[in-house]
Amino acid sequence: MGRIVELKNVSAGYAGEIVLREVSLVVNDNDFIGIIGPNGGGKTTLLRVILGLVRPYRGSVIFFNGNAHVSGDIIGYLPQISRIDARFPISVTDVVLSGLMSKQGIPGRYSGKQKKLAEELLARMGIYGIRKKVIGELSGGQLQRVYLCRAIISSPRLLMLDEPNTFVDTRFETDFYGILKELNKDMAIIVVSHDVGTITWYVKTIACVNGNLHYHPYSTITQDQLAAYNCPIQIITHGDVPHTVLETHKR
Amino acid sequence: MIEPFLDLLQYRFFTNALLASVFTSISCGIIGTYIVSRRLVFISGGITHASFGGIGIGYFFGFNPLASATLFAVISALGIEFLSKKADVREDSLIGIFWSFGMALGIIFIFMAPGYAPNLMGYLFGSLLTVSHADIGMMAVLTIVVSGFFIIFYKVILFISFDQEYAKTHKAPVQLINYLLISLVAATIVISIRVAGIILVISLLTIPQTIANMFTRKFGNIMVFSVLFAFLGTFAGLMVSYYYNIPSGASIIMSLVFAFVIAKLLSILVTSLRVRTAYLNETGRPNNK
Repeated sequence: MGRIVELKNVSAGYAGEIVLREVSLVVNDNDFIGIIGPNGGGKTTLLRVILGLVRPYRGSVIFFNGNAHVSGDIIGYLPQISRIDARFPISVTDVVLSGLMSKQGIPGRYSGKQKKLAEELLARMGIYGIRKKVIGELSGGQLQRVYLCRAIISSPRLLMLDEPNTFVDTRFETDFYGILKELNKDMAIIVVSHDVGTITWYVKTIACVNGNLHYHPYSTITQDQLAAYNCPIQIITHGDVPHTVLETHKR
Repeated sequence: MIEPFLDLLQYRFFTNALLASVFTSISCGIIGTYIVSRRLVFISGGITHASFGGIGIGYFFGFNPLASATLFAVISALGIEFLSKKADVREDSLIGIFWSFGMALGIIFIFMAPGYAPNLMGYLFGSLLTVSHADIGMMAVLTIVVSGFFIIFYKVILFISFDQEYAKTHKAPVQLINYLLISLVAATIVISIRVAGIILVISLLTIPQTIANMFTRKFGNIMVFSVLFAFLGTFAGLMVSYYYNIPSGASIIMSLVFAFVIAKLLSILVTSLRVRTAYLNETGRPNNK
């Protein structure tokens, strides 16, 4: 059980506007953290800070390997599907292989071994049959699995997923979280979701992000606990309303 | 058909035009695939027109207009790319500014240049039949640079084009590759101005790719097929231009559009046949609705 990454009093945002204030969080091996909170509350920004895509105004993000500080080259990332141009002419196998970019170096081609690894992953996700298709031909659920393959092909210590349930139907979703649970044996997982009802079934702990971060060290969260944090589950499940409710978090 | 063509090959101007078509088709096929896949058609239009400023500067100071146009186009491309990231101005607005600024600058310099501006129409509308040896030399060098760059860095170009942010999380040199690629886009556009002219050159970078995209959907395949279609279109246009004495730029674009329409009809036919066969296989009877 080692420490993977620690955020110390991080404040971050875009174009001078602060989205995250004084956020601290420690992620350890085999954690499974669900991040919930209202739209615009900073869930995605938090992921982007950990990924190094957003530089914090203040505070620090430290990656660990044992006790040594290392640079953060250990993260698998599944972005929001809607952010990606689904009509780009690229095949499923190539998308998955792109997850090996940092291990492969800039020029050159992929080895047969790496291609085989990609195909094994696709088979494990039950989408081997579509490996030669281009991504424009896939359904939302298939696309989601392809991006998951890309995120885990480098065997990262930490996997981060941004709203993975947006385009997945209910039947797929059960499957999808089953896969995550399996992966969690090998890697820590952070999953961002607005759908508290579903993720509380799978995650080990919950972090509520709305400007600041409130960490709930429970495996599931009950109605009473949510009420105690002023974080009613019904309201969070239904989208845009909760802003005012979540702002009253007690730290 | 073959014999008059062999006769044509004896003319220096014709072999020059043929060589220019081959080089332009290769670089436009490759660069155009990048442009279309990343939806960079508008910025490419902006760079094309901005390069007119360089042509005007060339006329005024007595340089080779294509050389100063290349320099001007590359600087405009890098300027748009850099300012849209750093200066907090929307990219499409910047493109509009560079587009018209370059044209205005070109008009002013050509107006101030002493005497009559020779070949001006050639730069605006293309004139494949008057390419010089120097032009062909520049085209050859660019074609080698573009193909070499895409062969060596194919994988990282593909991944950065597909998902920049993800590539950044892998510490890929996203910004550097973007700057290099937009410079190659600018250089390819300017070199192709000899073939199709400022006003028409965007078609060489989009129509072959659109045709290729009907038959294959993979980045690498689109490149290869685009080169092929670009050459077929240019060659057909060249022949029409020679025999009917029509400006070559326009006849090339007309051939490409013609090929596009034929290909579209063909692909509609193939799709409907495929659906019919699938229906037949499943139900055992023809689909009469």
